[in-house]
Amino acid sequence: MSKVKELPGEAIVAATQSPSIGNSFLAYIERVRGGDMGALPAVLGLVVLCTVFAVARPAFVTAGNFANLFTQGAAITLIAMGLVFVLLLGEIDLSAGFASGVCAAVLAVTLTSLGLPWYVCAVAAIVTGVIIGIVLGTLVAKVGIPSFVVTLAAFLAFQGLVLVLVDEGTNISIRDDVIVAIANRNLPPWLGWALYAGCVVIFAAVQLLRARTRTRRGLVADPLSLIAARVGALAVLAGLAVYVLNLERSRNPALVSLTGVPIVVPLILVLLVLWTMVLRRTAFGRHIYAVGGSAEAARRAGIAVDRIRISAFVICSSMAAVGGIVAASRASSVDPNTGGSSVLLYAVGAAVIGGTSLFGGKGRVLDAVLGGAVVAVIENGMGLMGYGASVKYLVTGSVLLLAAGVDALARKRAAAAGLR
Amino acid sequence: MTPLLEVRGIDKSFGPVKVLHDVEFSAYAGEVTALVGDNGAGKSTLVKCIGGIYPIDAGEIFFDGRQVHVHGPRDAGELGIEIVYQDLALCDNLDIVQNMFLGRERKSGLLLDEDSMEELAEQTLSSLSVRTVKSIRQQVSSLSGGQRQTVAIAKAVLWNSKVVILDEPTAALGVAQTAQVLELVRRLADTGLAVVLISHNMNDVFAVSDRIAALYLGRMAAQVKTADVTHAQVVELITSGRSGDLGLKNGVTP
Repeated sequence: MSKVKELPGEAIVAATQSPSIGNSFLAYIERVRGGDMGALPAVLGLVVLCTVFAVARPAFVTAGNFANLFTQGAAITLIAMGLVFVLLLGEIDLSAGFASGVCAAVLAVTLTSLGLPWYVCAVAAIVTGVIIGIVLGTLVAKVGIPSFVVTLAAFLAFQGLVLVLVDEGTNISIRDDVIVAIANRNLPPWLGWALYAGCVVIFAAVQLLRARTRTRRGLVADPLSLIAARVGALAVLAGLAVYVLNLERSRNPALVSLTGVPIVVPLILVLLVLWTMVLRRTAFGRHIYAVGGSAEAARRAGIAVDRIRISAFVICSSMAAVGGIVAASRASSVDPNTGGSSVLLYAVGAAVIGGTSLFGGKGRVLDAVLGGAVVAVIENGMGLMGYGASVKYLVTGSVLLLAAGVDALARKRAAAAGLR
Repeated sequence: MTPLLEVRGIDKSFGPVKVLHDVEFSAYAGEVTALVGDNGAGKSTLVKCIGGIYPIDAGEIFFDGRQVHVHGPRDAGELGIEIVYQDLALCDNLDIVQNMFLGRERKSGLLLDEDSMEELAEQTLSSLSVRTVKSIRQQVSSLSGGQRQTVAIAKAVLWNSKVVILDEPTAALGVAQTAQVLELVRRLADTGLAVVLISHNMNDVFAVSDRIAALYLGRMAAQVKTADVTHAQVVELITSGRSGDLGLKNGVTP
């Protein structure tokens, strides 16, 4: 037996000291150049779109319109949050839009015809979503029909189901105060500020605590300057948003006052934090990424791949149900078109524009929120510019194509850079 | 010295095709045992029988002198037998730590215990003297072939395994990376593990192995100490099943 020689190879001693803020920034630039753009396209898109609309239509930057953006984008953002889970597996759910319609119809029927209390109806709507998810997921994972076909079939079937539920096309109006409040009422200004303070403090505490435990254990931790920058950015941006939302935006303040953070905002925030925790901090979330990255590797690691697939569809459809409830609340009614027309494509678009890959394995719940903001800004701004539905569809379609193109090109670039 | 892993009289057929005939094989703690043989000689089948992927038709498996029954990969894992397959089975979109703990994550309560996983992964990698990765929070997609192999091996070692079986770990690697992986293989054995190395490459085999087991058409032609044989003899064992006094006596016809 001969001895193996010690080779210098590509030996690099692991850095154990904390990287400086400058290094973190350089590493980020490196990642972007390597094709891992993250949220960059969505953020840049938001800035560009907002600037264009603000210049062209001063009405775009009023407090009233700012609040409109949230209520306009809420339902799509919520549906997109659920879609992220399915997209992470490299699957697609084309039925999420009409699934939200079905769940909204269930809500409306139980509220009006059966006269049940709002919470029972909301639970019924979400349970409907869960059942839809179980059926779709089982067909994809156990029977092995491609998700594209399963959900395309469901897309058609659910249109029919909505028609059945709303009696072949009647418009059911919703008068329940709580349900209507979700998308139409605001928090009192003081509660908005309290919520803001709580969020910033908790965010800062979590970041600092994590850095401290990691430093104590001798692991690489984020430097204090980076944490300060992150917390500062959140504090400034969120503070600005809360301030603007707390301005008076009623045309006639003497008659009726209209101030405060819309109730959908904390709803979206809570779900954003919840699902981000699930994806990033639980074994279940880790397994979702693993199945999306390599189903075979996940299977060999002992992960129940089928169960992961089904649960992703369940999460997607139940988030569609939440989106449906918000949509029903905003319109104060449910009709055969609820969750129809462009809702699904806007939701898929939101997730992809935000940076979630259609190829699976890459994406965050935050992407849905950022992408949802882009979609809402386009919808809102184009409306203010006086363009009709034709131009809106054309522009949104182009933006979706652009986002998917960026995704595909980034992937190619990453492959060329040896990152994938 | 009793072998840590020993199989006796293994038979395995797939339908009418008999792939393994009465195979004997042993691996010793602290040694690298090279398993060589031509394509179709039954190397992978033998490994999969040991790993519990295929049930055996006949034969016995002994672990640490005790007879054991391996009915599935889980049984093999519990005994401390880990197999690193050729295609590695890593998730490109996860980082090194996440891959090493995939499917066996450490938790505190409902949430993942990232810090202790990172610590343990770092300890394992440094115990193997792996210095080739910049950060263990790097995505696997950004690693070279040799580094991926290293991660896959470290993943197998992480679980207090006693026998590590490597299926052609250097097949797809360049010269420098091959040397790195071989160095790692040697180090695994030096830490007391029984290492089984499947390889086609005679240079690799002679560089790191203590023993050589040559399969020929589903039969164990010979198990010899590497120091006792020459390059040419091993090639003869692989291609014809015999070499001088060594190998199959009664002549096996293909």
